[in-house]
Amino acid sequence: MSDTAIDPRYGTKPPKRPLRLSWGDERVRGIVYQILVVGIVGSIAYWLFSNTMHNLEVRRIATGWGFLEREAGLPIAEFLIPYDPTDTYLRALQVGVLNTLKVAVIGIVLATILGTILGVLKLSKNWLVSRVVGAYIEIVRDLPLLLQLLFWYALLQGLPGPRQAIHPATGVFLSNRGLKLPFFEWEGPHNWALLLMLIGAVGTYFYRRAARAKQMADGQPRAIWPAATVMMLVVPLGAWYAMGAPFTPDIPALRGFNFQGGLTVSPEFFALLLGLTLYTAGFIAEIVRAGILSVSQGQWEAAEALGLPRGRVMNLVVLPQALRVIIPPMTSQFLNITKNSSLAVAIGYQDIVSIANTTLNQTGQAIEGIAIIMVVYLTISLSISLFMNWYNSKIALVER
Amino acid sequence: MSITTDSLPVAPRLAPALSVGWLGWVRANLFSSWLNSLVTIALAYFIVKYAIGFVDWAFVNAIWSVPNDAAGRPDTSSCRDNKGLGACWAVINEKHRFMLFGTYPYEQHWRPAVVCVLFVGLYIVSAMRRFWRMELALIWAAVLTVIAVLMWGGVLGMPYVPQERWGGLPITLILATFGLAFAFPLAILVALGRRSKLPAIKALCVLYVELIRGVPLISLLFMASVMFPLFLPEGMNIDKLLRAQIAIILFAGAYLAEVVRGGLQALSKGQYEAAEALGLSYWQKTGLIILPQALRLVIPPLVNTFIGFFKDTSLVLIIGIFDLLTAGKTAIIEPMWQGFAVEVYVTIGLIYFVFCFAMSQYSAKLESELNHGRRR
Repeated sequence: MSDTAIDPRYGTKPPKRPLRLSWGDERVRGIVYQILVVGIVGSIAYWLFSNTMHNLEVRRIATGWGFLEREAGLPIAEFLIPYDPTDTYLRALQVGVLNTLKVAVIGIVLATILGTILGVLKLSKNWLVSRVVGAYIEIVRDLPLLLQLLFWYALLQGLPGPRQAIHPATGVFLSNRGLKLPFFEWEGPHNWALLLMLIGAVGTYFYRRAARAKQMADGQPRAIWPAATVMMLVVPLGAWYAMGAPFTPDIPALRGFNFQGGLTVSPEFFALLLGLTLYTAGFIAEIVRAGILSVSQGQWEAAEALGLPRGRVMNLVVLPQALRVIIPPMTSQFLNITKNSSLAVAIGYQDIVSIANTTLNQTGQAIEGIAIIMVVYLTISLSISLFMNWYNSKIALVER
Repeated sequence: MSITTDSLPVAPRLAPALSVGWLGWVRANLFSSWLNSLVTIALAYFIVKYAIGFVDWAFVNAIWSVPNDAAGRPDTSSCRDNKGLGACWAVINEKHRFMLFGTYPYEQHWRPAVVCVLFVGLYIVSAMRRFWRMELALIWAAVLTVIAVLMWGGVLGMPYVPQERWGGLPITLILATFGLAFAFPLAILVALGRRSKLPAIKALCVLYVELIRGVPLISLLFMASVMFPLFLPEGMNIDKLLRAQIAIILFAGAYLAEVVRGGLQALSKGQYEAAEALGLSYWQKTGLIILPQALRLVIPPLVNTFIGFFKDTSLVLIIGIFDLLTAGKTAIIEPMWQGFAVEVYVTIGLIYFVFCFAMSQYSAKLESELNHGRRR
């Protein structure tokens, strides 16, 4: 009903003036400008396109996507899905995309953890701690990432060979062949246990939502951890036990000139992950610090005055407000990790850029190769942006 | 008796010795609790331990020069024996001219050296607030012209040096500075276009910005190195450095446009309305009222973006352009110098760090000054 109280003059749009065919009419000018700009950009694009077509013809470069079905014949050192040089280019490119995603996802998780810890430590009241963290942040932010990657790679290559490997704990070896870690042999029941654990995580999420809704109704907080433990730990472990509890440790050991067994982290992947994580953590630390500082001291004091213990003050009052400031710049850092993982090509980790580059060198089809790289990154960037925008709108301040 | 003592002025009691002066500072900032004391001591131990280790490696055990062998080539065996114990700065001693200036003719090295000094001078002048006016654009044009003349030569008795011979630090500075100089006007146009009321222009600008920001710089550099030659008519060719420069300009333009757009949005609506009320045309309004205020607002983030580009120019290594990092990497290709990458990267890192650290400190100082003015 309050709508009627608004001055009616603001409610109606101004009457639409008929278009006058004159330079004095703003809308006519607008249309002419747009036609001009679009025309110029379009004709430049057409000129480039026709040149390209002509050049392709003159140089007898094949076009089209037929090469994807041909045998790649390019060796790939690391793959998540089975791959052999006799497979097609399409398969090789899929392997490359998965390698990019692998380093990007692990890098995002590690950089977020390390960056958050550093951001909190930078605010420490201990002068020495905050200065040391500050120096770290300044150094990693002021050096080119490529230089840092080359540096880590050179350091890893300078490590002793397998026979003199650095051996800090049982089954852990660090040598110029990379990092070796103990693992266990992955069998069928492990898949089922992992699946049950994921289902348990989803179940916990819904249980938590229901518990929150009940708390909103009657004000009684309910503990979530018993249900979470049962769903995410007890059930999967029980299933694993019921299926015979298979567990064969796989510990790397030196045989001859190299290691056998265990998990291998190649020097290329290790250097790339190390460089990306340490570099991005420096930026994330600054974002986290700014986010925490953006919550005013009054919020802390008010929450403490309500008698909330310190942990709950952080969880219920400060963090939700800090996150609103943190999420948007954090999104761009996640995008940066993904895009920066393309520097892998400089140290020989075979990500999508490296494999597409080899493909375009072998086939000579530059346009298709570059197009593949761009489409892959645009898709990944868009997915991360969409997800983070969804998350951001979920935690955004609900205003009147 | 008690009366006399009461009437005497009594000096105020001193604060406890442990809460004032440097002792008080140490107690409050380093040893405020058990946990804090423990952390301080542990951290100090590691800092001292690693600092000593570093000083041993970098100075005490370091080898600063190596003798030549019978064939007249440097004999690096002493460095190899010393590996892991001390740095081999001899590689820098031997290769520093190559790292800084690449394959530029040796006796002409004063020219790229002057170019580097000119670039630094240009940055310093641009950083001074008294020069923030239209004349700065003229200074940039003049200095960049002098730099081009010095690098190419061919006039005033300086022999001509083809672009293929350029390398090292001047290439890094050229890519970053020319990139900024050309990307900045482009960015202003795109930012204005993105806020335009004309749908077609807006769509073009959004497409450009989002497309470029969605892909890594490497893909643009690859495009520059393998696809640009296909774009041009037959017989017309532009060299590799220029192609990379165009890619960097396109890339920087998209990022700078977003920074400038932030400034345009931060300006209060009243400024736009007041300018319109005065009857100014679009370009008068933009040039006289909006841009001078909006650009001033975004100078600190502009400097930060510039630091990013300065670091990102190192990516041209991947398409084989001879910038500072490539020169460093090439310097250690010779068999006798192989394995001394760490020393070279530390040195190059130091050069990058000096530039970026100076710019980031400047940006932080500027931000607090500008904020100070607004807060008053």
